[in-house]
Amino acid sequence: MRVLQRSETLIAAVLVTVMLIIGLINPAFWSADNLFSILKSNVIVGIMALGVLLVMLSGGFDVSFPAIAAAAMYLSVKTMLAVGYSGVALPFLGAVGIGILCGAINGFFVWKFRMIPLIVTLGTGAMVRGLLLGVMGTSIVNIDRFPTTLIEFARGEVFVSNHTDGSQSGLSAMIFIYLALAFAVHVVLRYTMIGRSVYALGGSFEAANRVGISLGKTIFFVYCVAGALAGFAGMLHCSMIWLANPRDFVGADLEVIAAVVLGGASIFGGRGSVLGTMLGVFMLVMVKNSLIVMKVDTTWQLVVIGSIIVIATAATAWRDRKRLV
Amino acid sequence: MPGFLTLDDISKHFAGVQALDGLSLSIDAGEIHCLAGENGSGKSTVIKVMSGIYRPDRGTIALDGRIIPSFDPISAIHAGIQVIYQDFSLFGNLTVAENIALGAELGEGRHLVNWRRVRRVTETALERLGVDLDPDADVDDLPTAGRQLVAIARAMIAGPRLLIMDEPTTALTRREIDSLFTVVNEIRRGGVAVLFVSHKMREMLEISDRITVIRNGRKVAEGPTDSFNEAAITRAMTGQDISDTPYRAPGGGFAAGPRLSVKGLTLPGQFEDLALDIRPGEIVGLTGLLGSGRTQFARALFGLEVATVGGICVDGVAVHIKRPGDAISAGIAYVPEDRLTEGLFLGQSINRNILASIYHRIAPLLVINRVEATRRASDMITAMRIATPTGAKPVGQLSGGNQQRVVIGRWLLTDARILLLNGPTVGVDVGSKAEIHRIVRSLASEKGLAVLMISDDLPELVQNCSRIIVMHRGRFVADMATSETSEREISDMLTSFR
Repeated sequence: MRVLQRSETLIAAVLVTVMLIIGLINPAFWSADNLFSILKSNVIVGIMALGVLLVMLSGGFDVSFPAIAAAAMYLSVKTMLAVGYSGVALPFLGAVGIGILCGAINGFFVWKFRMIPLIVTLGTGAMVRGLLLGVMGTSIVNIDRFPTTLIEFARGEVFVSNHTDGSQSGLSAMIFIYLALAFAVHVVLRYTMIGRSVYALGGSFEAANRVGISLGKTIFFVYCVAGALAGFAGMLHCSMIWLANPRDFVGADLEVIAAVVLGGASIFGGRGSVLGTMLGVFMLVMVKNSLIVMKVDTTWQLVVIGSIIVIATAATAWRDRKRLV
Repeated sequence: MPGFLTLDDISKHFAGVQALDGLSLSIDAGEIHCLAGENGSGKSTVIKVMSGIYRPDRGTIALDGRIIPSFDPISAIHAGIQVIYQDFSLFGNLTVAENIALGAELGEGRHLVNWRRVRRVTETALERLGVDLDPDADVDDLPTAGRQLVAIARAMIAGPRLLIMDEPTTALTRREIDSLFTVVNEIRRGGVAVLFVSHKMREMLEISDRITVIRNGRKVAEGPTDSFNEAAITRAMTGQDISDTPYRAPGGGFAAGPRLSVKGLTLPGQFEDLALDIRPGEIVGLTGLLGSGRTQFARALFGLEVATVGGICVDGVAVHIKRPGDAISAGIAYVPEDRLTEGLFLGQSINRNILASIYHRIAPLLVINRVEATRRASDMITAMRIATPTGAKPVGQLSGGNQQRVVIGRWLLTDARILLLNGPTVGVDVGSKAEIHRIVRSLASEKGLAVLMISDDLPELVQNCSRIIVMHRGRFVADMATSETSEREISDMLTSFR
């Protein structure tokens, strides 16, 4: 019975229903090609969502991650080009480092000045984006100059099948990076003291303090990890699309936050799970993909994503209020 | 033999207030000790001194007869002193098991969580208390009594020698209090001392071995529980005898015409066909079990719910009440059950709270007449005897009794003719309670207000009401003159409904 009461079960049920409906409208939805493409689109949104989930669980909020991702990715690629480096691991480490640094700045303001996380991250996000464009310029690194090693790395596919017309389709291997990260975050949240501290902090700041949890450490942890995941996602994203655009990820905040909320995380903190978030990400990406397939205008897609945020937040708020009564 | 914890001649003062003044108190191992006192008597300061949060200005603290020179939170925890605060400090989003075990896991400096161990620790702890709780339930889904048990179980894991419980019975029903007492007795049997901090006399007399009463930071009475009765504790706590003369109609009875007249009021699913007349100067009591519809009835009279059938007349004039604004203009005032969430703007000043319902009257041309506002507010603070140096103080910093006076004072300014009081003295100490009763009585007898007093507290109703109505499943099932009934009869009737 307990399984039935979990939010994840409800989200999964909604997900299956939406899939069936989309499949009825557009039977091509069920083609391996389409499903693989949806899964591939899960990777970047999903990795970012893991970071946002952590921050939200702790009772915080983060809207700076798109800017952090863009900065980490663009700076790393530009540096690679400048020094003529052609490895893969080092740029990713660099991007993660930049992410951690930005996250630490967020954590510093949230903890030391007890500032509202939304305001802090709005500010740092704008600053990071502004500095990036101001100092580094706005030129896009196109495929002609983009490091080929990165392209090769992100190109890996599994389950490749050859079609009769000679084209190929396969599942991006990057999905396994996403799954590995999701699993790692799940293990940290579920089986480590710092992970439980995140939930405790989101449940009650005062009670967490009284029980002896190090609040500062926990806050720095969530913002740094969120920054690291954003940096990593940024790097992976540019490798997958073969270009580095410093204006990338504008509007990603809305999409990722919608996915996390859709996955059952409470915007008041303390409730949410990795599994729920992954389901939420899948649902959001799938709906977006279907809108594109059905040739719905991008402006109208915004309306849909906005509605999803409002409806999902209303549903979780209703769930949490029901508990209080 | 020295007691487990001995406070000797402790004094503590905060910016101009002497919170504790030469207080001595000793707690023996394995006893249930009650610390009684009104709000503001220094009870919470005692708790904080005992848990090492406050350093006393003067005096000594001894454990097992040995004086501890610098007694801080760490030494209190090492000595085995655990405090259960009124708000329990639990994590509503986590399970029972995790709430119970988290502190211990942190204390042992662990980095990984072993869920099997968490579960085992929890099951042992719950078993030792003899309570049956689902370790996997979310704490948010538990009733207050269940949350309290979780808080107790968590404190017991630390292997305490003294368990301090701050106002543990405030939000519990009688049956829950009984099972709490069973648990507390069980804890005592293990040699743990329990300090019960409370202002509820009956419960103190029932559970404790010894009672210490403090007033204004000084000990005013101490002794074995047998040597006390309710009157003695009240006298010690308040420093005065509290009269309990019943409220009766003034000579010649109440005026003939009803001030409030309700006929056939119905809200499907909540209450049905309710009829009621209250004459000027009359205080009518309304009681019933939780869920009997009594609160919905009051809310309907105030326009917070809209009755579908029936009529309400004020002074013979039919009124249509669809929202609180209608009720206020009809002269009806409502003091809600939960004044903290429904009745007050806690962060706002006393003045603003008092004036909240009459701003439109003191603001000609949309600008508030500040002189008038200050005058009206300070007049009301004096009239209601609200204990505060200034009307600018936030209401959240007042004691329960004073907060209740602010709510009532606000309605008096609207020239209300009908006062609906829902649980007027819940969470209010004895002295303030008597004062609130005195105010309500004088409002009725001198200003001719019609008062409906809804309460669980039968002695309160018997003492203050001329008539008592009992409600059950949305209907009035009895309407008795107080002189012809008794607390006993009503209590038996309510028990028969369960």
